[in-house]
Amino acid sequence: MVVQQLYKVLSDDGKIITETSYTLSKNKLVEMYQDMVRARLFDEWMLKIHPMGRVSRFPPSIGQEASMIGSIHALEPGDWVFPTYREFPVFLARKTPLQELFNRMFASKLDILKGHEITLYGNRDRRIVVPSGPVALMIPVAVGFAMALKHKGEKDICIAYFGDGATSKADFHEGTNLAGVFKTPIILFCQNNQYAISLPVAKQTASRSIAAKATAYGIASERVDGNDILAVYEATRKAAERARTGEGPTLIEAYTYRIGPHTTADDPRTYRTEEEVKKWLQKDPIKRFRKHLENLGLWNKEKEEKLISDFKEELRKVTMETEKIEPPNPETILQDVYSEIPWFLEEELEELNR
Amino acid sequence: MANITLAQAVNQALREEMRRDDRVIVLGEDVGKRGGVFLCTEGLYEEFGPERVIDTPLSESAIIGAALGMAMYGLRPVAEIQFADFIYGGFEQIVSNVAKIRYRSGGQFGAPMVIRAPYGGGVKGGMYHSQSPEAYFAHTAGLKVVIPSTPYDTKGLLITSIRDEDPVVFFEPKRIYRAVREEVPEGDYTVPIGVARVAREGDDVSILTYGACVYDALAAADKAEKEGISVEVIDLRTLVPFDKDAVVKTVRKTGRPIIVHEAPKLCGFGAELSAFIAEREILSLQAPILRVTGFDTPFPLVHEHLYLPNENRIFKAIKKSIEF
Repeated sequence: MVVQQLYKVLSDDGKIITETSYTLSKNKLVEMYQDMVRARLFDEWMLKIHPMGRVSRFPPSIGQEASMIGSIHALEPGDWVFPTYREFPVFLARKTPLQELFNRMFASKLDILKGHEITLYGNRDRRIVVPSGPVALMIPVAVGFAMALKHKGEKDICIAYFGDGATSKADFHEGTNLAGVFKTPIILFCQNNQYAISLPVAKQTASRSIAAKATAYGIASERVDGNDILAVYEATRKAAERARTGEGPTLIEAYTYRIGPHTTADDPRTYRTEEEVKKWLQKDPIKRFRKHLENLGLWNKEKEEKLISDFKEELRKVTMETEKIEPPNPETILQDVYSEIPWFLEEELEELNR
Repeated sequence: MANITLAQAVNQALREEMRRDDRVIVLGEDVGKRGGVFLCTEGLYEEFGPERVIDTPLSESAIIGAALGMAMYGLRPVAEIQFADFIYGGFEQIVSNVAKIRYRSGGQFGAPMVIRAPYGGGVKGGMYHSQSPEAYFAHTAGLKVVIPSTPYDTKGLLITSIRDEDPVVFFEPKRIYRAVREEVPEGDYTVPIGVARVAREGDDVSILTYGACVYDALAAADKAEKEGISVEVIDLRTLVPFDKDAVVKTVRKTGRPIIVHEAPKLCGFGAELSAFIAEREILSLQAPILRVTGFDTPFPLVHEHLYLPNENRIFKAIKKSIEF
């Protein structure tokens, strides 16, 4: 079986090894880098404060920043995002205020999801749709959403994020097939981070690449080095153009690695070796992109230090602020089940308040 | 006014709503040129075209998931699942996404959509073309469950369901798709969700039922009348939210409730009604609450007439109740 080569733009030392179709402005390059660093700091902070007990659980994205930030920056602000539980960098890239994210993380009274769920998030105003807990379930939904966009003649498209594990679910196959049949304006963005909790991708599928699965559905695919932000950007831009010009969906496989645990409830030492993690740490997407920016003279040590200390201070402040906010009222348990409260929930509300 | 069948009432409701509201989209297997295997969508493809009458791949999870996505972006999808027996392929979408999107998103998104499916036995369909899976959906917070039994109610309730802001699982009793006819007004009218219908007034025994069983209950009531027993038949029409006032009223009136449905007894919707009556109206009871239901087996083929709560089985329950 021929496995599509991984598309790369940056060498490990940050040099351009493949010419790209799209040129990014210096400001954009710096913004993308800053988003990556903030995403990493956000994750590290969450892992640090999780033992304090206010955050139900947290799925870190450490190691996958290039995949997430590179892809979201390749889209327009009006495009609709269907993340999984792990895509917090996407919220940061769409400039979600930290206070808003922390209200969600801590399930405070100001949480727009009203404390109904663990740390999944979505905000319609930012065109990011709240994910489902079970994996892959939002793929057909995103496809239907994109069908509705097309039906109404909108130029906006959808991106659905999912992991390698999701490709074993029926919903991936049914959704991808449907997207192909109707030439739906959607990007199916798979981050192959090598593990679904403990299961390595080789045991998830006998297929040697996720991108190969696109062939069977008659849709375009890209197989890209997920730790190379410029390669991810390029592949996603191409896919977005296909979607916007009526050429239909693209399955992107971003080949990357989950450096951290599945969530704070997981201990990866039980199923993988330290050597393996060390090997992938050498391929850190942030370091690689920093070298590139340094080569271009766009970044230096002082800028790095300032970015880190400013954002850490912001994280610390927001954490302290959010600590002071109470949890939502108990009545929120019974809200948003239906558009109007039916009689049996009214009775249960009385029982709750008795 | 035209004398039409229940299947034609489905068709008329869809056609009129699609004419009235261009957000209404029909999708499912064979719903286009074929007009659906029961012809409920006949002629819609010709009138509204492939953009609004969408023949989908054979893919229940995709049908329901995509319908949800459409609903979230402002369309009003009506998804057809060819037989209720095939709905399980989309079960996770219904239970984990459709039912929960409003709650999960803190009210940012709703799921104004209808999932239609022919259900029930009596058509020599065997175990995969005869099931009554309504209890699974009644048990899931966030869904409404509607089951009409007459052409008039079918049209009025389907229109209401399409206009509802919440997802409605709409089961159509296929045994009587063409067996019942009545005068149904053309044009716009609605029947409210959550309101039962008194299909027959009576004083001695109450039958609480829905769907095709309404007719078996009415036949049993006729038989009982000949023995001087006056039976009231309540057609629930909606299971979630069911009409609690109608249930209380008839139980207070007769004190002898019998619940009838095709679905198996164990944890069937009758169990909920039975618990509701026991919790609130135990002092109104003159006899134990009885249930006449399908047996706790997969749906059988050869002896389906014995499995179904037919006139005789219901009549026996009426006698048992009255003689208690």
